Amino acid sequence: MTSTLKISALTKCFASLKALDAVSLAVEPGMRVALLGHNGAGKSTLMKIVLGLLPFDSGSVEVCGAAPGSAAARAGVAYLPENAAFHPALTGEEQIGHYLALRGESPKGARALLERVGLHEAAGRRIGSYSKGMRQRVGLAQALIGKPRLLVLDEPTSGLDPVSRRDFYELLDGLAAEGAAILLSSHALTEVEARTDRLLILSKGRMVASGTLSDLRREAALPVTIRMTARNGYAADIAKALPGTIRFGADLQLSCSQEDKLGTLARVTGLGDRLADIEVTPPSLEDIYSHFSRRDGQ
Amino acid sequence: MRRILATARTEFRIAFRNRWVAIAIGLMALFALVLTAAGSAPTGVLGADRLSVTVASLTSLAVYLVPLLALLMAFDAIAGEAERGTLPLLLTYPGSRVEILIGKLLAHLIVLALALVAGYGLAAAAAFLADPGAASGLPALFRLGWTSLLLGATFLGAGYALSALARRPSGAAGLAMGLWLGAVVLYDLALLAAVVADGGGWFTTDLFPLALLANPADAFRLFNLAASEATAAATGVGGAAAAMPLWQSALSVLLWPLAALALSSAAFRKVTP
Repeated sequence: MTSTLKISALTKCFASLKALDAVSLAVEPGMRVALLGHNGAGKSTLMKIVLGLLPFDSGSVEVCGAAPGSAAARAGVAYLPENAAFHPALTGEEQIGHYLALRGESPKGARALLERVGLHEAAGRRIGSYSKGMRQRVGLAQALIGKPRLLVLDEPTSGLDPVSRRDFYELLDGLAAEGAAILLSSHALTEVEARTDRLLILSKGRMVASGTLSDLRREAALPVTIRMTARNGYAADIAKALPGTIRFGADLQLSCSQEDKLGTLARVTGLGDRLADIEVTPPSLEDIYSHFSRRDGQ
Repeated sequence: MRRILATARTEFRIAFRNRWVAIAIGLMALFALVLTAAGSAPTGVLGADRLSVTVASLTSLAVYLVPLLALLMAFDAIAGEAERGTLPLLLTYPGSRVEILIGKLLAHLIVLALALVAGYGLAAAAAFLADPGAASGLPALFRLGWTSLLLGATFLGAGYALSALARRPSGAAGLAMGLWLGAVVLYDLALLAAVVADGGGWFTTDLFPLALLANPADAFRLFNLAASEATAAATGVGGAAAAMPLWQSALSVLLWPLAALALSSAAFRKVTP
């Protein structure tokens, strides 16, 4: 399948600062890709280059088979900026109507779009009176115009409440199922973990990790945590049987590497009915993220 | 074309909500009425029809007021979008930057046209009330109308260019006021001083006419006054013939809006959001 977005060896410098250093990535149709990184890691710069808003120094970028910022690329790409802003004197309906007209569609579709993001009641009010979350939803509504082949979303869920976030990801799932490629950046790691197909971690302009969550988990080789609850009085026995266990009263905690996980679990289950409960926790995305970011010296 | 019209419609809506339409109409109407009241005395002496006299006064008014209104509407056009944070998103939409500029220009020209119709209309109505023969001044009024729009387009374009260069509304406002003061007020004063100092030499004969043509506001004044002097001569009132052929000032009035649009387009293209 041809990629909707293809970037190879992209480099961009601001004066002496290397904002992006030989970054390569590809996003296929229907794929949801999360771009992670600290503030200033180069996420927004990468997005602006994909959108054709910023020139780049070297490497190649192909958006919907065309150069970024070209008419063909702009026709196929939708963007949701971080902190979506609009003219405060316009109503939500007028603003979306304007964007519809710019994409060659009838402004009459504005209300339906605002309904899709749950803003139909405020559609006739001026955007100046909207909350941050409502403005973000106007931004989302304009990103849904037409059938974008690539959605570039810069921290799309910032300012949204948990319910709106879930609705938002459901919308994204629908778009991806229809074949749209999605590139989004976020700081909310737990939601990204469950809702995207691939993760890319940028650090100081370099791509330090990329792949599915289990790829990254394997590559990071972070320890698995096993938490056990002992039956009355057996805690000391268990701690003795499993060296390296940390004990908190009746609760015990043990860490082991990925490879030793099954062997350790076999020994734990060998303890029989001395155990009341057991819980195995793989490293979280937060752990993996800080592993890759820190490895790069941050 | 659709995109230009969509931008124009939205920009007009914004200008209306921001009270720019009301301010422009009110300002033009007020000044036109004041001029009509103040200029009613000399008609008998000149012998021209009342409307031609009014048009001559309106020309002097328009030279100051039209550029001012245009710059006030234009300075926020790009710097404001950049500061609000609406520019990056707008630039990811299909359509070129020139289309955005032309859309804004169209909307602002409509606002200006409404203000001109109100101001000039009121002044003309007052002239017709006082002098039934005022109809002979109608061509001059019409000429003043479309040249005022072109003058407005020139300063709107210049305002967009400054707005793109400044990137911040406060800076753009300062530059716009500087341009107004320079092009409309100080330019003439400087030329006057130079002519006086020159005492009829090379500057006065060769450079001075070119300097007048090079300034859109002066070219506008020159064209309207030369044309209405022709009217005045036709109605039997003697007057010095225009020193410059009419086509020269007409050309300057026609070319400046295009030059200003090209300038603003070049400045806008340099903006990276």
